[in-house]
Amino acid sequence: MSGSSNNLGAFRIKGAGRHTPARTARFTFDGKTYTAMEGDTVASALLAHGVHLVGRSFKYHRPRGILSAGAEEPNALIDVSRDAARRQPNVRATVQEVFDGAKISSQNRWPSLKFDVGAFNDLLSPFFAAGFYYKTFMWPKEAWTRVYEPFIRRAAGLGVAPKEEDPDHYANRYAHCDVLIAGAGVAGLTAALSAAATGASVILVDEQAEVGGALHFDASTKIDGRNGYDWAQAAAAKLKAMPNVTVLTRTTVFGYYNHGFLGLAERVTDHLARPGKSLPRERLWQVRAKRVVLATGSIERHMVFSNNDRPGIMLASAARTFLNHHGVAVGRNVGVYTAHDSAYEAAFDLKRAGVSIAAIVDCRAEPGEAVLAEARSLGIDVLTGHSVTDTFGRLRISSMTVVRNGGSNARKIKVDALIVSAGWTPSVHLFSQSRGKLRFDEKGQRFLPDIYAQDCVSVGGCNGTDDLAELIDEAIAAGGGSVALAGENRFDWTGGMIGAAEGAGPDTVVKAFIDFQHDVTAKDIRLAVREGMHSIEHIKRFTTNGMASDQGKLSNMHGLAIAAEVLDRPIPQVGLTTFRAPYTPVTYGTLINHSRGDLFDPARKTPMHALEAAEGAEFEDVGNWKRAWYFPRRGEDMHAAVNRECRTVREVAGVFDASTLGKIEVVGPDAAQFLNLIYTNAWDTLKPGKCRYGIMTREDGFIYDDGVVGRLAEDRFHVTTTTGGAPRVLHHMEDYLQTEFPHLKVWLTSTTEQWAVIAVQGPKAREIVQPFVEGVDISNEAFPHMSVAECTVTGVPARLFRVSFTGELGFEINVPADYGPAVWKAIWERAEAMGACLYGTETMHVLRAEKGYIIVGQDTDGTVTPDDAGLGWAVSKKKTDFVGIRGLKRPDLVRDGRKQLVGLLTNKPSDVLEEGAQIVADPNQPKPMTMLGHVTSAYWSENCGRSIAIALVAGGRARIGQTLYVPMKDRTIAVEVTDMVFFDKEGGRING
Amino acid sequence: MLLIHCPYCEEARSELEFRWAGEAHIARPENIAAITDEEFAEYFFLRNNEKGLTYERWRHIHGCGRFFNAARDTVSDRFVMTYKAGLPKQPVPPAEKVSAIAEEKTVETWEATEGDAR
Repeated sequence: MSGSSNNLGAFRIKGAGRHTPARTARFTFDGKTYTAMEGDTVASALLAHGVHLVGRSFKYHRPRGILSAGAEEPNALIDVSRDAARRQPNVRATVQEVFDGAKISSQNRWPSLKFDVGAFNDLLSPFFAAGFYYKTFMWPKEAWTRVYEPFIRRAAGLGVAPKEEDPDHYANRYAHCDVLIAGAGVAGLTAALSAAATGASVILVDEQAEVGGALHFDASTKIDGRNGYDWAQAAAAKLKAMPNVTVLTRTTVFGYYNHGFLGLAERVTDHLARPGKSLPRERLWQVRAKRVVLATGSIERHMVFSNNDRPGIMLASAARTFLNHHGVAVGRNVGVYTAHDSAYEAAFDLKRAGVSIAAIVDCRAEPGEAVLAEARSLGIDVLTGHSVTDTFGRLRISSMTVVRNGGSNARKIKVDALIVSAGWTPSVHLFSQSRGKLRFDEKGQRFLPDIYAQDCVSVGGCNGTDDLAELIDEAIAAGGGSVALAGENRFDWTGGMIGAAEGAGPDTVVKAFIDFQHDVTAKDIRLAVREGMHSIEHIKRFTTNGMASDQGKLSNMHGLAIAAEVLDRPIPQVGLTTFRAPYTPVTYGTLINHSRGDLFDPARKTPMHALEAAEGAEFEDVGNWKRAWYFPRRGEDMHAAVNRECRTVREVAGVFDASTLGKIEVVGPDAAQFLNLIYTNAWDTLKPGKCRYGIMTREDGFIYDDGVVGRLAEDRFHVTTTTGGAPRVLHHMEDYLQTEFPHLKVWLTSTTEQWAVIAVQGPKAREIVQPFVEGVDISNEAFPHMSVAECTVTGVPARLFRVSFTGELGFEINVPADYGPAVWKAIWERAEAMGACLYGTETMHVLRAEKGYIIVGQDTDGTVTPDDAGLGWAVSKKKTDFVGIRGLKRPDLVRDGRKQLVGLLTNKPSDVLEEGAQIVADPNQPKPMTMLGHVTSAYWSENCGRSIAIALVAGGRARIGQTLYVPMKDRTIAVEVTDMVFFDKEGGRING
Repeated sequence: MLLIHCPYCEEARSELEFRWAGEAHIARPENIAAITDEEFAEYFFLRNNEKGLTYERWRHIHGCGRFFNAARDTVSDRFVMTYKAGLPKQPVPPAEKVSAIAEEKTVETWEATEGDAR
C-alpha cells in the first residue's frame, strides 16, 4: 500500500520523526479509513489526522483523548480486530502499532463516540461520588444480581470480549540467565553492555518496539557524541550480535516473583499485517535470573486541575514522543502547564518544528534558569507563578483559563492542545513486586528503592538517578563489567509536584481528575477521608483510585498526596498501596498458553480404551481417567443398558476394564512388616499366593484408602488402591517409609500404568477364563476366592487374582499394559459367545452396592472409621503398632452414637433416593431439623427388583428395623434401616 | 515460583518439582499406642504456624522422590537452608534471624497497614 505524504495526516511535520514515509498502512477507526506510517502507534496515527477524541470515560462517559505515549495510558483504550474472533478489547492506543487492515473501534459509547447517551451520567455526577455504588444499591438484596449489577455493568465499563474461540496460538519458553535487565533505555542498555562484556548470559527486555526508552522523545541527549536514539539502536545491534545476549523488544516484564523468577509477555505478531501461521501471537517467557537489573525508568505525571481530562490535554513527554519519534504535532497552537522543567523541552521541540506555543504556564515561581532562558530566546511566553484553573471545549480543548497564583484575574487563552507535566514518578513496580521496601524521598517527593529482598539492583530513573553521568556510572556498575561511555544532556531538570494544583484544592468542588480510567477526582479522595477511610488501602478501595487496568501508574502519587493533605499527615505515614503483577495487562491467551482444549487437562486412557469405544462405550471422568461408564446397545438408554449389564453379570458373566485401579509394588525383606504398619490389618499372616482386603487409616484413625493386596512371595506384595487414591497413597507410604520407618528394607514402585486389568465376573467367569490360563490350576479347590498366582493368560505373562467386587465368582487378569488389548479381545470373543456382556463403572457401582461393598470417598468422607463402615473386623487387635492405632482410641472415635454405614430400603420399592439427601427421625419436627445422616449411595437394583441405598446414620446399626425419613423438596420418603447386604446375603456365589 | 535446593540431588530446582509436606521435626512417638490424648493432639493436630523462620518438610516428588527438611522464612519466602531427612534441626546463623525479623513489617497484615494508620 502506498500513499502520498499528505494523506498521512495534516499534523505530520515534514522531516520530523523516524518513520519511512513510503511505508504506509491503512486502518479504520470507527469505520473511517486512515493512512498511517509503519511504526506508528494507533495513537500517533490518529493524532496525525487531528483525531484526539478516542474514548469515553468509565463512569461519567466524558469525552477522552490520548494522554500518554506509552504503557501507562489510562484513557485511550480501543478495540483492535483482524476478524470476528481475532479481536481484542481494552488495548492501549499508545502501545498498539498500526498494521495494514486493522479495524479499530472506540469503546464504552452509544450510539457514537461524538454523541454518547451515557454522557448523561456526567450531569448526574454529584450523585456518583466515591462509594456511590456501595451506598445506593444495598437493598433490596435480590435486586443486586437481577437489576443493579447488570445495569451498572452495561453502563460503566470497558470493551466487550469476543465470544468466538481464540484461533491464535501462544508459545511458552523457559529461560535461565545470569542477568536479566528490564528496560532498554540509556540505563538498561548501558548495564547490558557492561554485563555482556563480562561474558555473563544476559537477557535485555523492553516493552517498546525498539530500544531507547526516554530517548524516543528526548532528542537533546547525546551519548558518545551521537544522537541518543541512534546510539541506542547501535548498542542494541551490538548486543544482539553477541552470543551471550538475548534482546527482547515488544516484551513486557509483567511480574517479578520469588527467587529471581520473572514473567515476560512477548507480543510477536500483534503489529504484523499478515502474520505467518506458524508464529505464535504472543510468547510467555518464564525466566529464572541469577540477578536482575531494573532499569524501568520513570513515568511523567499529569497536573491535577479542573477539567484536566479533555481530549487534547496530554503529557508533555508524550507530545515530544509524537513529534520526535512519529513526526506528529499534537496541535497547531499548544499550551503548556507544568510544575517541572521537562515540559519546557517539549515546548522547545514543538516551537522549532513550527508549532505555535500559546504560553508556558508554570505554577512554580522559579523554574530552572536554563530552560527559562531558552524559552525567552525562542520567544515563548512564560507565565511563572500562574496556574491553569479550568479548560473549555466539548470534544477537544479549545481554551484554558489562566490565573496568577493567589490572584483572581482570570484570562482565557485559546489553545488546541495542552501539554502538562507535574514531574516524574519512578517506576518502582517491579522492585516492589520483588518485595523490596521503598523509602520516601522528601526532596524529590517520590518513593525510591530502599531495602532489597532479592538479588537485584535498580538503576536510572526508577532509582531516582536524574543526572545522566551518574546514571551511566550506576548502570555500568550494575552490569558488573566496564564500558567507556559519556553522555550529555542540555538541561538539568528541576521541579515537580504531587497532589492537586491551584484551583482544585480542598475548598473547591471542581472535577480535577486523578485516575482518568476510573473517573476518580481529587474531590473523591477527600470525600473518602471525610467518610472515615484513613488507610490508603481503604481509600483506594472506596474510590477505586488506581484499580483500573492501568493500575494507577499516573494516579497513585496524586491520590496519596491529596489524602495526606486532608489527613494532615506526612506521606510516608499514609503509606503506599502494594504494587502487584502484572505490570500491564497480560492476555489470557498468553497465560493459558498451550493449556487449552485437549491439553487443558490431560486425559488418561486405559490400554483397552479404543476397543471399548468401538463397542459403543460411554465414558465418564474419574479423576483424569476416562472410564467406560456403560455399553448401550441399539435403542438402549443408560438405565436400560445398566439394568441389562447388571442382570447379565449375575446370570452369565461380565467383562470389565479395571486397569485404572491404583497399583503399588511393595518389595523387600521387610515388606510385610511395612504393610503391617501402614494397614490396619495384619499381613505377616498372609501366605504367598493369597490376597486380603486391606484398610488404610491415617494417624487420626479415619479411613484413607482400601484395596486388595496380594502376596506373590515372602518379600513381594501387589497392592491395589482406589482409582483416585493411587498417588496420595504412594506419597503417604513413601512418607512413612522415608521418615518414620527408614530402618525397614522396602522399595515402593507405582505400577498403575504397567498393568492392564481385565475383570471377568459372574457364574461363568471360570469357564470363560479357563482355556486361556496356563501355569495354574484355577479350580475352586486349588484356587479359591482371594487367591493370586503368576501364570500366563493367552500366552502372556500374567498375575491372576481370584477376587470379586461384585459378589460373584470373579477373576482379575493383570497383564503388561501393551498386551491388554490382545488379551481383552481373546477373552471378550469367548465371553460374548457364551452370552456374557461388557460392563462399565455404573454397573460396577450397582453390583458392589447390592453386596454392601463400600467405595472410599463416596460412602466415606474422611470422618469415617473402619468400625463406622462396618469393617471393624479388618482392624487387627493383636498388632502393637500401625498408622492410626492411637487415633482409633480417641474418645470421640469410640463413643456411642457415631454415624455408621447401614442400608436403606424405601417403603415404595420404585423410589430411588438421592445421594446426599439428609435423613431425619421425625419429618414433622420444626426446622431446623435434627439430621441423623445422609444417603451415600443409591441405585435402582435390577437384581433385587427394587431400589437400594447405603447411608451414614447416627447410631445406624442400632436402628436396623426402624423407619426413618428423607425429606425432599416436594415430598418425604419413608425408609427402613437395614444391613448393607441386599443380594445373596449368605454370600455363596462368590465361592462358586 | 520458589527455587528449592534439593539436598539429595544437590541442585536448586523449580518449586513445580516439589510438594510441601508440613512442619518438620515432629517425630512419631515410638510408643504411640500408649500416649495420652493430649500427647496425641500435640503430635498430630497442633502446629506452630510461626511467622518468620520455620522448619518444614518438602518432597522432591517430581524429582528424586525424597523427603527433606528446610528452614524457610515465611515472610520473605527465603530458604535459609535445606538438609536431609533424619538430620537434627539445624541451627540458623544469627544474621539470618535478624533479617527475618527486619522483613516482618512488609507483610500485609491488619497490624501492618490499618494498625499503623490509626
